[in-house]
Amino acid sequence: MADIAFLALAVITIGSAIAALEMRSLIYGSIALMGSLGGIAGFFLLLDAPFVALFQLAVYVGSIAVLILFTVMLVKRELIFNTVMLVKRELIFNKIEDKRRKFAGIGLMLLIMVSLGAVFIDSGIKTITTDEPPVDFRDIGTDFVTYYWPALILMGLILASTVTGALVLARRVDVEDGQRTN
Amino acid sequence: MANELIDFTLVSIALLGIGIYGLAVKRNFIRMLFAIEIIINAANLNLVAFGRFIPHSGGQTLALFSIAIAAAEVAVGLSLIIVAYRMYHNIDIADFRSLKG
Repeated sequence: MADIAFLALAVITIGSAIAALEMRSLIYGSIALMGSLGGIAGFFLLLDAPFVALFQLAVYVGSIAVLILFTVMLVKRELIFNTVMLVKRELIFNKIEDKRRKFAGIGLMLLIMVSLGAVFIDSGIKTITTDEPPVDFRDIGTDFVTYYWPALILMGLILASTVTGALVLARRVDVEDGQRTN
Repeated sequence: MANELIDFTLVSIALLGIGIYGLAVKRNFIRMLFAIEIIINAANLNLVAFGRFIPHSGGQTLALFSIAIAAAEVAVGLSLIIVAYRMYHNIDIADFRSLKG
């Protein structure tokens, strides 16, 4: 049976996930997303995986959430300075959705939750328990440099190339050209 | 250990449902990215939970890879948002129709 810490973490994680999607302001939404990701990190701690938990905190709560916050602010700031677009600002920061679609989405969500939950509860994993000691995080390091080393190198290359690609994508060509002519 | 595998799996299923709801209903690009993040985290939670109960170090290793790839995906997604915002002055995905033909 689940203990108190698990229940609290579950409430925090699921509640913040709903808040991240349903909050009116995108900035508060991204802060709620941070709470949800932090709750997942707490689950990793409960699962005796402190290394993954700290990685999650550093990567998700530390960098991705801040990246999202900065993007929201960038988009918003350009909007505020662009007075012609004041009407559109209402469009962007309000929730754009129609009611029927929303009810269909809630129905889909409940369908997925109930059907998958029934399948999993009915399956054999309910009886799985373990008394074995948790995996030592030194094993993860050994895994990374022995069996998974090609994947590790590939992941580094992918990260470098995607970050470079993101920088190239988000570059402002018009400003550079303007500066050059000036 | 007080918590069982089924508890973690049920939380993961709930997060998956919420994420799919967000993908289906929301039309704001940034909110759809939130939904994708929630789904990826549900998958990571499952990986680590099953890796703990088998027990095997592969679950945590795969979760670490998944987190790193998700970080790259978010960086590209956010830069796409900025580019699309510059082109259309909006982040409503119903407006992005130049590839429709």
